[in-house]
Formats: sequence, structure tokens, C-alpha cells
Amino acid sequence: MTEPDQKHTPPPARTPVRARPAPVTLANALPWILGGLFLLAMPFIFQSNSAITIMNQMAITIIFALSYNMLLGQGGMLSFGHAVYMGVGGFLCVHIMNWGDVFALMPLPVLPVFGGVFGMGLALIVGSFSTRKAGTIFAMISLGVGELIAACSVIIVAFFGGEEGISGDRTYGLPFFGVEFLHQIEVYYLTAFWLMLSALLMFLFSRTPIGRMANAVRDNPERAEFLGYSARWVRFYSFVAAGFFAGIAGGLFAINYEILTEENLNLATSGQILLVTFLGGVGFFFGPILGAILFTLLQTVLSLQTEIWQLYVGVLFLATVMYFPGGLAGVLMMHALPLRLGRAGLLVGPYIRTLVPAVVCALGAASAMEILFHLRHAALGESEMTLFWITFDSHAPLPLAIAAVAAVAGFWLARRSAPAMAEAWHKASTPHGGAA
Amino acid sequence: MDLILVNLIDGLVTGLLLFMLSAGLTLIFSMMGVLNFAHASFYMLGAYFAYQVSVYLGFWMGLLIAPPAVGLVGAMIERYGLRRVHQYGHVPELIFTFGLALLIEEAVQFIWGKDQIAYNIPEVLQFTAFSIAGNSIPAYKVFMIFISVAIFLALLFVLTRTRVGMIIQAALSYPRTVEALGHNVPLIFMGVFGVGTGLAGVAGVIAGPVLSTFPGMAVVLGSIVFVTIVIGGLGSLWGALVASLLIGWITTFAKSYNLRMEDLLTGIGFSRPEPIWDSAWADLWTLTSPQIADILPYLLMILILAFRPYGLFGKRDV
Amino acid sequence: MRKSMKLGLGAVLALTVGAGAALADNIKIAYIDPLSGPFASTGSNGLTQYQFAAERLVNEAGGVLDGQMFEIVPFDNKVSPKESLIQLQVAIDQGIRYIAQGNSSGVAHALTEAIDKHNRRNPDSRVLFLNYSAVDPALTNDDCNFWHFRFDANADIKMDALTDVIAKNDAIKKVYVIGQDYSFGKAVAAATVRFLGEKRPDIEIVGNELHPIGKVKDFTPYARKIVAAESDAVITGNWGADMLNLGKSLVENDFAGPVYTYYAAGSGITAAIGESGKGTIRLVAQGQINPPPSEEAAEYYRAFEAKYPDGNVDQSRITNVIGMLAEAIKTAGSATDVVAVGKALEGMEYDDLWGGKVYMRPQDHQLIQDVHIHVHTDEGLTFDYDKSGFGVLVEDTIEMAGMDSPTTCKMKRP
Repeated sequence: MTEPDQKHTPPPARTPVRARPAPVTLANALPWILGGLFLLAMPFIFQSNSAITIMNQMAITIIFALSYNMLLGQGGMLSFGHAVYMGVGGFLCVHIMNWGDVFALMPLPVLPVFGGVFGMGLALIVGSFSTRKAGTIFAMISLGVGELIAACSVIIVAFFGGEEGISGDRTYGLPFFGVEFLHQIEVYYLTAFWLMLSALLMFLFSRTPIGRMANAVRDNPERAEFLGYSARWVRFYSFVAAGFFAGIAGGLFAINYEILTEENLNLATSGQILLVTFLGGVGFFFGPILGAILFTLLQTVLSLQTEIWQLYVGVLFLATVMYFPGGLAGVLMMHALPLRLGRAGLLVGPYIRTLVPAVVCALGAASAMEILFHLRHAALGESEMTLFWITFDSHAPLPLAIAAVAAVAGFWLARRSAPAMAEAWHKASTPHGGAA
Repeated sequence: MDLILVNLIDGLVTGLLLFMLSAGLTLIFSMMGVLNFAHASFYMLGAYFAYQVSVYLGFWMGLLIAPPAVGLVGAMIERYGLRRVHQYGHVPELIFTFGLALLIEEAVQFIWGKDQIAYNIPEVLQFTAFSIAGNSIPAYKVFMIFISVAIFLALLFVLTRTRVGMIIQAALSYPRTVEALGHNVPLIFMGVFGVGTGLAGVAGVIAGPVLSTFPGMAVVLGSIVFVTIVIGGLGSLWGALVASLLIGWITTFAKSYNLRMEDLLTGIGFSRPEPIWDSAWADLWTLTSPQIADILPYLLMILILAFRPYGLFGKRDV
Repeated sequence: MRKSMKLGLGAVLALTVGAGAALADNIKIAYIDPLSGPFASTGSNGLTQYQFAAERLVNEAGGVLDGQMFEIVPFDNKVSPKESLIQLQVAIDQGIRYIAQGNSSGVAHALTEAIDKHNRRNPDSRVLFLNYSAVDPALTNDDCNFWHFRFDANADIKMDALTDVIAKNDAIKKVYVIGQDYSFGKAVAAATVRFLGEKRPDIEIVGNELHPIGKVKDFTPYARKIVAAESDAVITGNWGADMLNLGKSLVENDFAGPVYTYYAAGSGITAAIGESGKGTIRLVAQGQINPPPSEEAAEYYRAFEAKYPDGNVDQSRITNVIGMLAEAIKTAGSATDVVAVGKALEGMEYDDLWGGKVYMRPQDHQLIQDVHIHVHTDEGLTFDYDKSGFGVLVEDTIEMAGMDSPTTCKMKRP
């Protein structure tokens, strides 16, 4: 039976439905809830004061990195001077702590807001001329402004305190519900609260129309203009918002360390946050979080174990740029597809065959570097060194030989299994029956 | 009058040194669109290589061997590192060179240690060439001027009178067309990167004895070089020269003439608060030109970027 | 539980307890200074001097109290106040009670305040701050506290001694002051003006300049100004790369007069200045190295050179830090009651290995000692720096410099 009419009947008219924002479901909120619980639980696992200080440092770096990613990952703006917004926000907060008599009634937890507002103010001024163009010009202006403000900080002693910076006392005000913030653990909970709040706000910002348009302007400014949005103003608003959250990070820094110095404004700090964000992965919201945690651990823990930890960080960074431009988050999310297809099991074998030799290679190379460093720079007569809990004589040829052999062998084995792993990835990413 | 001449010479030396660094950088940028953050690190490598060679073979062999060695390192990095990252876009390229700068600094510390090393002016040049009104001009400075000018002329010659130079100039403005014409553009890129970094190496060899050789020397000059090429105009060799000389002269004059904000303000009509240390405006009143001398280039750069983003002589848009 | 497991567990427990007890025997001193970055050489040199002093002065002599040894635990702060505060926390968590630091008055300010706050908020884990090198006068004046002890003569005391020597020299009529633009540089400049004004009002200060710290690459314009002003002498508190570059620039531009510095020795600076600074560069510092004040001192230096041929004893006050701390612990009878140790330390008189006596003033915890003017030369040296053949020779000595110097310190005692 033929029914020619059916072919030509147009589909019934439908009323246009407005796009709705994604509803808040358990699946969406779960990562946040888990994160919050994790933050609450951490002090019970790591109880020493220094661990809490390190966690505070991580939290501050996370907020700073997330604010930086608003520019880099979401807006496509590479800035070399982001540290100034965190710095000036922090400086204002320390000054407020010192004007105790004026601000005594203000509870400490509100302090970061002032830092945020001040950072936002500076971003308003700088953004007015720096966001006109994106790309290299923006990067250069940010570099120039950053260096300028950092250099001025030694001259404008009244606000920046010169070489010693400004210090304050966080117990200036009235106790906040009985908490005087004398102990690190109290500061931790305050910082954790602000971390959750700022991360949530930044996440929501990325979901608003302006946040989405920032993505569009990053990918194709010309097309965004054709759609009627001014690329320049979108960049400007992102810049100002990023400045606000950087200022909040600065305020938390002031509360945690009670001292701000020129170091908080300089190019090294701006460069460091770029490194942190990129290591974590700029393409995903949680990327900078991972990067901040990883980098803080490297900086505090690794630096206690070896003197050439910065060399390792540099190599890691370079390797990330060359081979994993998506950062740590990118690498993790690469596995999302095989997991979803249920074919992640295919990867386990090749991973073991490739990654284990690769780890051996890395450890061997690192050991060789440590031995060479010790040989070259240790005091005469000190020929003993300790590596991986083994003490040996660094002048003996055997340890160096072992390290070298481990490095070469690991490299060769990893190289040999690499094609098989690539093949396995291919298979794991292809659904059943689909063409590879 | 004499002091002006002395300052002109001093500023010339600084400016020419800066030019050697920024010439390479602006060439590299205009060819490949890569802003090489690690450029000052090659400058540092030049100084260290020359030091190492000079320990065994003397300063002059260092001058001869070190720059090509640095150029070779640069070319290798371009071939095996930068080219790989090129496919990901400009931002990863910038980040790569940033990481490279970090790595080179660490590697230098690893090999030569963290101390300042005794890389000195060769004895044959350790005398005063001439003096103007009691201020002596060291012979080494004259030597620096000669070498810089010689290199500039050589560069100009190669770029404008030789075939390779023509191709490079073409690739400066129209890389795709040059590629379509069948030239091996990747090889040209590698060569330009190598030459650019070699130039930075020469600057290091020469400046090492004067500005002291230590692992932080790249950081000290790094941002100024960027400022220079931005002011001069990205991609323009003449712009790099003009901007370098301008910066050299501005900073030298600002340091040597002690212009004080106090004099300016009292001249307008304000009166100096006493005691000065208690006033909130103490910082403004005690401002002197040597204090801000090193900041002036940044101010200039921001002004130029805000009002004339192409720089003084730039043709290409970033 | 099976017998073997019980044995195993018992052994592990015994080992941990034993190890804990063995570890508890060592008195740890945290050394928070730069071990990486641009100032790493000064920090690592200082560390070797601390380790050698602890080994030779305390541990080889049997330790203190009932055989407890000194152990120096290094922490890298990269001259960053923030990093120093983190390392301070780490050190306190490891149970360390004595914090030694010296490079950068900025870091010292951050640490002394942090330690004051910590000790106030956590009375059961108090620590003492042994400042062996940060010479900003404010640390023993307005910013003093009971826990901070300074073992180097502060900038004012050094300037007092220096101006005594300049006052005796009639040939000096014009002096140029140049320094780094921060609290220390300003303190040096202010002290110079004050003391010269008191002792030799006829000396004209023809220049008083501050330059941005760590940023000036070429000091030629400054050197020219100094020469153009016909200065007879230059006074500077510059350190690190700034000192080296200024020194070289002055010599290159034919400045022939004496250059009085605070920090122109060691860490590669002596080697880099070399012949060009002979007889011109001078150093105001404690600790007499050449000629050696005693056979004991010479033996100490020789032993140090044997163990660390690339090192210099250029911060000789470190032997005082270790020695006086050991004495204080013995007097107090405890290494963990820092209040008692502190009280034993203040007012202590001690024999300096490098000549003379030293005295820790109780009112501001500033160590009073002999201050010498040394000249950079290669003649008459027993020990040189940087293996360069050049070193520092004592020219003049001010005994117990600063004994009567005033202080604004109002210390709150525990």
C-alpha cells in the first residue's frame, strides 16, 4: 500500500521553546557536594599544622588559578600580569587589618570581599585599555602593567611597604561567633568556605550568557561580532570578573600569612600561575584545581626532598606543553570516552606495558641527575648521598650506571610498547562494531 | 655639554646591546609569529658558553665559538620542540618558550652552579680608551660598540643584498606565498631561529663580563627586550634599533641627571611637608629620576600599546 | 597472634620507639635561608658554615646536657617571606625549637612577627629566633621581641664603627652615599648622615642616592656621578649582584678612593672583583680572619677548608650562634624550655673564636662585639676567599662597638 500523501505532509508546527539552563540534578551537584565533604574531612586526615598551612596554600592557589583560567581557558586571553590583582587585593586587606580601630566591627570572614572589590577596581582601570585587542598585544600590555606595578611597589612605600611589605594581625577584630582565628585550623575552615563559594560562583559565571560568549569570542571573535556581541566588551567583563576573584584570593592570602610583599605582584608569581593553570589543563573547569594541588605539592613536598626540583617542574611543564597540551585534566578526560563505551578494560594491559617502563625511565633519569648534581656541587669529602632510602657513595660508578641503565631500558621498553598502546586507544575509543 | 656626550656614549652601548637581543627576537617573531620568551635565556647561554670556552682557549675563541654553539642549540630546539608545538596555536607556543626559559635557567644552575662566575674582560682590553672631562670611557665599551655596529651592518647586508635575505624578507610578510613558491620554509624558519638565538648569544658573550654572569641574568633583561620590540614595532628591524637606542638613552639620562620630584613640585608651588617621613605623600616627594629610570620603558610601552598598537615602525598587526 | 608475628611487631615497635628516642637526642636547629634561586650561593655557604660549626664546636666535644647533639635542618625559603612562613610551620611541626635565619631583613621581619604571634598563640610549642645576619636596626628597636636574638652588628652599629674610622682620616672631605632603595639601604643612608654629622661635620656628603634593588644592570651612570662629584670616599650597604656591579663599575671608571661596603666579600664577589679592587674596596664586618687572631681560629679555618675547599668562612658570627646557644642550653639545663634558654642567652658574655669577647645585651637582644674595617687585598693574607688569592685583611678595629648605643626596644618578657 502506498501512501504518497504521508511523504509530503510537513511535520506539525511546533511553538518555539526557549533554551533552558541545565536543571540542577544530583549528577550535576554531586561533584560539588563531594568536594565540600572532602574539604571538611581533610583536616582530620592530615592534622599537623604544617599540613593545614599547605592546604590553605593550595586553596588560595586554586582560587587564583580558577580566576586565571577565566582569562586563559574561557576567554583565550593570555595574561602575564595577573598577579597584580591578587597582590593589590591582598595589600588592601592587610591595611584594613592594620586600621583595626576603624574596621574593628567588621568580622574577618568578610575581609576577602574588600580584596575582591579592590582587585576588580584595578582590573576596571587596566581592562579599559588592555582588552581592546586579544592575543599578543593583550599579553604584552599585561606584562608591561604587571612589571610596572611590581616596580612601583618598591617606590610607593606607603601602600606597598617597600622591600619588606606590609604585615598585619588577623586577630584585629571582634571574635566571629567566638572564633578568634588564632589557630591554623580556624583559618582553614574560613579558606575552605571561600574556596567553595568562589569556585561555585566562577563555575556559574561560566554558564551565564557572558561566560558562554567569552568562549565564543575565544574561538572566533569575528563570528561573535556578527552575532551582535562586542568582543571587546565581553573580554572586558571577563577581565573584570577575573580581577575580582583574584582579589579574593589575595584577601585570603593576607588572612593566612598576615604579610604581603612585592613578591606577590611580580612576574615570577604571574608566570607561576600560568604554569599551574596550564599543567592542570585549561580546557576544563576543574583543570586549574588539579594543577594547583599538584603544583603546591611539588613546591612544598618535593623541594624538601631534592635541590633540583625546579628542574623537574620545568621538564614536566615542557613535556606537558609538547605532548599533553590539554594538561592533567585533558589526560583524565581522555578516558571519559572509553569509560563511557565500557571499553576501558582494553587499556589496562598496554598501560602497564608502557607506563611502568616509562616510570622506571623517569626515575632512572632523575636519579642520574641527582647523582650528577651531587658529584658536581656537593662539598668535598661529602660523597655520601641518599636516594630512595638507600645511602651510597656518589663517586662510585655503580649507582650512576644503574640509574643510566634504568633510564635507557625504561625508555626503550616504553618506546616498544607505544604503538600497541596507540592501537589499544583506538580500539577503546571506538564503539562496538564501529569502524576504527 | 661634556657630560651629555658621555651619557650619549653610555646610552649607545646599552642601546646597542639591547638591539642585538631585540633584533633576533623581532626577526623570529615576524617570521614565525612566535614571541620567544626564552630569548634572554639564549643570551645567558652565550655568556656561559663563552666563559667555558674562555677558561681553556681564551676570550676571543669564546667570542668565535660560543654564538654558533648557541645558534645550534636554538635551531635544535626549534626543530624538535617548537615545531611540534606550532600546531597547537600561538598561546601554547608562548607557553612553551616560557617553560623553556625556566628550563634553561635551571639547567645553567645545574651545570655551573648558582654563584656568579668570574667571566672577565680580556686583559688586552682592560684600559681606558679616552676620557671626556674626567670621565673615562673604557676600551671595552668601544669594543662593544664596534661589534654591535658590525653585526647590524652584516645583518642589514644579508637581509637586503643576498638571495637568502630576500627570501627571508618575503617570508617576513607573506610566509604562505613563499612556501607556495617552493622554498623550504621550515628550513628557513630553523635557520632564522638559529641566527636569532645566535645573535642573542653574541650579546651574551659581550655583555657577560660587564653585566656579570649569573643564573638570574636572563630574568634581569628578559622583560626589557619585549618592551623594546613592542615599542619598536613587532617585526621591524629598524624599529628594534630605534627603540633600543631610545630606551638606552632614556634610562642613562634619567639615571645620570638627578631630577627630583621635590624640585618640580616646589617649582609649581607646593611646599615640602616637614618632617618628610611622616607625610603620606613622602613617596611622591622623594621621587627621583634614577629611581624610576628602569620603569620608564614600561610606561612608554603601555602608552604606545594604548595609542599606537603597531609600535613606532610596525607594519604587521599582531 | 602467631609467635613470629608478635616478635615482628614487637621489633617494629621497639625500632620506632628506639628511633624516636634516638631522634629525640638531637637538638635540631632549623636553617631557613635560600638554597635555590638567585641567592642560593649565600644560603648554601651559610649552611655549610653552620654544619661545620655544629660538628666541630658541639658534637665533637660530646654534645650538650647528657650527650645531645646539634643537628642543622635546612629549609629552602627562596628569600620569600611567604615561603619562609610555610617552612617555619614545617619546622615547628617537626618539633624544632630554634630557628636560624639571616639573608634578607624582609624575611627576618616576617619571621620575627610570625614567631611572636605563634609563641603568643601556642605557648607549648614556642621557638627562638636566632637572627645571624639581618641587620635592619628596626629588628632590635621598634620591632623587637623577647624571642629574637641578633648575632650580627646591626647597620647602625656598623655605621658607627665605620664613621669612627672615617673621622680619623683627614684626607676624606667629600663622601658619596649610595644604596638599595629599601629599608636597609635607607637605614644605612640615614645612619651615615647622622653619624658623620656628629663626628665630622666638616665632611660634605656630596651625594645620597638610592637605586632600585636588584634592577640596575649597569652602574656606569652612578659611577660617573660619583667621580664627577670629586668624592673622596663612597659608602654603600649594597649586597649581592648590586654590590658586585657597583664595585666593578667604580673601579672601571677610575674611582681611586676607598669604597666602604657592608657586603663586598665572599660568594664569588671577592673573586670577581679581584685585582681591580685591591686596596680600594673595604668591608665593615665582625670577625677577624686575616691575620688570624689565634692558633685556634686558624686551625678552625684550616679544618673548614679541608672539608669544604670551595667554601669560605665569610659569616664567622655563625660560630658565636652555635657556641652561645650551646652555653645557654647548658645553663638553662633544658633544650626544650626556650624561655629558660632565652633568659640564659640574654646578658651572656662569651669568648669569640675570632677575637675578643661578645656580649648579648639584655635590653634589645643585640650582640655587642668587635667590629673591624677590612681591606680587599692579596697581601698579608693567611686565608683567601673564593680560591682567588684575594681576601680581606683587618685594617682597623672598634672594640665592643655599639655597647652604649640607644634602643627604642620595649620588650614584653614572658
